[in-house]
Amino acid sequence: MTADTVISCKNAWKIFGSNPEAYLKSMPAGRSFDEIRADGYIAGVKDVTIDVTRGEMLVIMGLSGSGKSTLVRCFSRLHDITGGSISVEGQDLMSLSEKELIELRRSKMGMVFQSFGLLPHRTVLDNVAFPLEMRGQDKHTRRERALEVVKLVGLEGREEYFPRELSGGQQQRVGIARSLAIEPDIWFLDEPFSALDPLIRREMQDEFLRLQGMLGKTIVFITHDFDEALRLADRIAIMKDGAVEQCDTPDQIVLHPATEYVRKFTEDIDKARVVRAGALARADNAGEGEPVDTAASVHDLARLLVQDSRAIIPVASSGKVVGGMDRTAALDILLGAG
Amino acid sequence: MADIADNLKTDTSGIALWTRGRWVTVILAVAVALTLLRYGGLLPDALHRIPETMIPPFATWLDAFFNFVKDDLGLLTLTRTLTEGLEWLLDVTANLMFGKRRWPHIGPIPWTAVAGVAAVIGYYLGGWRMAALGAGTFIWTALIGQWTIAMETMSVLMVAAPLAFFIGLGLGILAWKYRAVNQAIKPILSVLQTLPFFTYLLPAVIFFKVGPTAGAVATTIYAIPPMILMTTLGLQKVSPEVVEAGNMSGCTKWQLLRHVYLPSARTEILVGVNQVIMLCLAMVVLTAFIGMPGLGAKLLAMMGSFKLGRSFEIGVTIVLLAVMLDRMSKAWVVKQPEHFERDTPWWRKHVFLLTGIAVFIFFCIAAQFVPIFAEIGRKQNFSQGKEIDTLIKGFLALDPVQNTTQTIRYVLNVWILNPFRDFLLSIPTPAFILLVVAFALSLGGKRPAIYAAIFFGLVALSGWWDRSVITLYSVISAVTLAILIGVPLGIVAARSEKWSQRVLLACDTAQTFPSFIYLIPAIMLFGITATSVVMSILIFAMVPLTRYTIEGLRTVPPEMTEAADMAGATRMQKLLKVQLPLALPTMAVGFNQAIMFAFFMVIIAAFIGTQDLGQELQRTLAGTDLGKNFVLGICVSLMALTFDLTIMKWATDRKKALGLPD
Ligand SMILES: Nc1ncnc2c1ncn2[C@@H]1O[C@H](COP(=O)(O)OP(=O)(O)OP(=O)(O)O)[C@@H](O)[C@H]1O
Ligand SMILES: [Mg+2]
Repeated sequence: MTADTVISCKNAWKIFGSNPEAYLKSMPAGRSFDEIRADGYIAGVKDVTIDVTRGEMLVIMGLSGSGKSTLVRCFSRLHDITGGSISVEGQDLMSLSEKELIELRRSKMGMVFQSFGLLPHRTVLDNVAFPLEMRGQDKHTRRERALEVVKLVGLEGREEYFPRELSGGQQQRVGIARSLAIEPDIWFLDEPFSALDPLIRREMQDEFLRLQGMLGKTIVFITHDFDEALRLADRIAIMKDGAVEQCDTPDQIVLHPATEYVRKFTEDIDKARVVRAGALARADNAGEGEPVDTAASVHDLARLLVQDSRAIIPVASSGKVVGGMDRTAALDILLGAG
Repeated sequence: MADIADNLKTDTSGIALWTRGRWVTVILAVAVALTLLRYGGLLPDALHRIPETMIPPFATWLDAFFNFVKDDLGLLTLTRTLTEGLEWLLDVTANLMFGKRRWPHIGPIPWTAVAGVAAVIGYYLGGWRMAALGAGTFIWTALIGQWTIAMETMSVLMVAAPLAFFIGLGLGILAWKYRAVNQAIKPILSVLQTLPFFTYLLPAVIFFKVGPTAGAVATTIYAIPPMILMTTLGLQKVSPEVVEAGNMSGCTKWQLLRHVYLPSARTEILVGVNQVIMLCLAMVVLTAFIGMPGLGAKLLAMMGSFKLGRSFEIGVTIVLLAVMLDRMSKAWVVKQPEHFERDTPWWRKHVFLLTGIAVFIFFCIAAQFVPIFAEIGRKQNFSQGKEIDTLIKGFLALDPVQNTTQTIRYVLNVWILNPFRDFLLSIPTPAFILLVVAFALSLGGKRPAIYAAIFFGLVALSGWWDRSVITLYSVISAVTLAILIGVPLGIVAARSEKWSQRVLLACDTAQTFPSFIYLIPAIMLFGITATSVVMSILIFAMVPLTRYTIEGLRTVPPEMTEAADMAGATRMQKLLKVQLPLALPTMAVGFNQAIMFAFFMVIIAAFIGTQDLGQELQRTLAGTDLGKNFVLGICVSLMALTFDLTIMKWATDRKKALGLPD
């Protein structure tokens, strides 16, 4: 764990059932999800080890019921983990007192919930201002701030509505606004854009990218949408049956899937759009001639790859050559043969 | 396919059923044998009834216990101190509502002001119709000349209902939060809900002085249980994600409760409020039995002296009050907050509050100048008590009417009720207990059977066996008659959507009436006789029976009836083979309620003069016979609980077996 690790999760387990602690203690190592289920327990999170660094956007993907939400709930200690340890900003979550936990949440954490979790009896404005109110901000300041973010998510003019008077997408935006209002350092977003139309969804993605870039926020993001993941992710973690199958950069995941499951999962992705020149660059042979940028995707380079005749194309990061890319390998990816 | 239901009927595991069935037969055989022995004069008396000498003096023990708690533990001093606070509150409301000469010395509030405010609240909650109901109720009350007694009742209600609300809410929160509290409270609640109300009254009198204070205490305690249940239910139902959102916002425990849980459980809590109000009203009327003045006392007096006209008028007032309170509080449940456009001026946001205040002040001032706005005097009211009285009595004296009522009375008494009662009394105690056990075993299984044995055994030991049997006889005969009328009524009504709605509405409304009301028609038709007791129970018990019959029939899944249609079943076949079997579990809930209602009513009806436990209970009220009062109350409660446990167990088992939702 480096100094810049914000969330450090070591062999974390979350088991649902009647007496999970005792069960986990007595459980033989290496028991599979199905065996655990046969014992009458559900492994929501199964032996997960993962670190999230400051300013990183970690995207968690996986099928429905694979434990994404559960993992994020463990990160925020909405669930007490059954085994292992999770620390946030160097503090062991499970050893925090109630007061410290409240303080941590108030000062550092924000969360957008999959099914919004709006308070039914409060107006849009009061919902958004709720975390500020809990922090004890005075009425005027929190109102100003709430108005600001409500505007940001495009709900201007509906400040006085009650949640049940809004559409699903609008409710979701209230949830987003509520977490935006406090600008937390660590952000947990559980399918935050699932109910939004493509236009607003893109706007919201941009907004989060902007905030992350500008303020160095750490974001853990759950989504079912690969395009979204690719657009946002620094790293992607793929979960199955409570366990993280692979956690790596998007290129690595499509180029070198760690398991058969991950390969299947990423099968339908257009790899040319994911894989960037940097990932294909090999330091031993830099080739010669005009270099391409590390950040350019194979898809971006399509024309060049087809027309160029060099076998090895140099790859440079901010003007400095870091290695060479095998043109045939890149072409294979472009043509879907990789 | 008409045998779908038949298949379902036999699917409960055959072996278990067979042994259970055999047990039932054996127990029944023993019971019959004992009874026959008795008839043959072969059964010794000691086996017929438990000899006096063997009956433990429960009442004395309880008395000793109560005395210990009361005097030695100083509970009496405590309660008398509490009494003072409560008395002060009651004096305030009494002064405001009907001008009792106590602090703050500003009452009584003019009736016009009360009616006006009721109209504004009604309009806010439910538009013009509710406004008319609110104002109309109070205008009627004032015009008919019952303002003061109605306000006597209301002034107690105004203290008892909020008190019950807060105590129930608090206990509900504790029960939800701490498992131990929940487990401790649950059995107490189920006993409390079957305890006859007389059992609430005497302790209240002893610990809290006669009059409004004791009335308020009994009323409050009576109304607490449903509030606890609804609060717990509501808090449990709050969506976990809303709670998590609260947690992530950094709520402390208290903030979470105050800002997240309680507001999110609003609907259930308000349903609780509705029940609290309705139970308070039902009870506050009954506190007449411990001498609390008000509508109940007046009704009691009028019925006692057979003044039917006035009884009728008071009945209407009570019904109007009940309907108004029920409708308004229910409207409050469904009323969701609506947003205002931005920059709405503050007076527009609070327009109802302001109108209410304005109306109130207007009538208060107007009453200073126009006396009739303040009070309607004795000579000015429109009471037609005497006229209605003569009318009703004239009607009853008509030959055909008299013939009918007398025939009914004769047939009921001579051919049905009395023989049945004598038969029940002739059964030896052990045989009787065995009969009840067999009933519980065949319907509910082992557990209810064990409870039945214990509970009825205790009743036998209490020394009030004969009176208990008479109580049970009234209940059984009234409920049986109610089934014969209520169920067919429900079946007929369930045939059409329109009639179902109408009858359900009528049942709903009737269920809000305080039980006392049901005595009025019975007394009108049959005078102060035992037939009236059965009749009033019958009417009271019919309501849930009809209601649940309709609900049961209407919730039969359409696929099932369609399947029967396709199989070419006639209407009768469909009803008997498909609909009724499927509706039976739901109807059982209705039977159960009917029996509970009947136990409740039989105690109230005691004042007409019966020979059951109710009458003894009523007698204890006159004295300070706390121990006996409890023994009697618990006898009723134990019998009621036996039925409750058995029938509810059967209903849930059946529902499970049939795959119906709860
Ligand atoms: N409170 C709980 N009690 C018992 N089991 C739970 C609980 N919460 C989650 N689970 C189980 O844990 C598993 C993972 O659930 P989780 O909500 O994390 O899935 P998810 O990956 O977020 O799915 P989705 O994409 O549908 O949101 C599921 O099998 C679920 O049934
Ligand atoms: Mg989820």
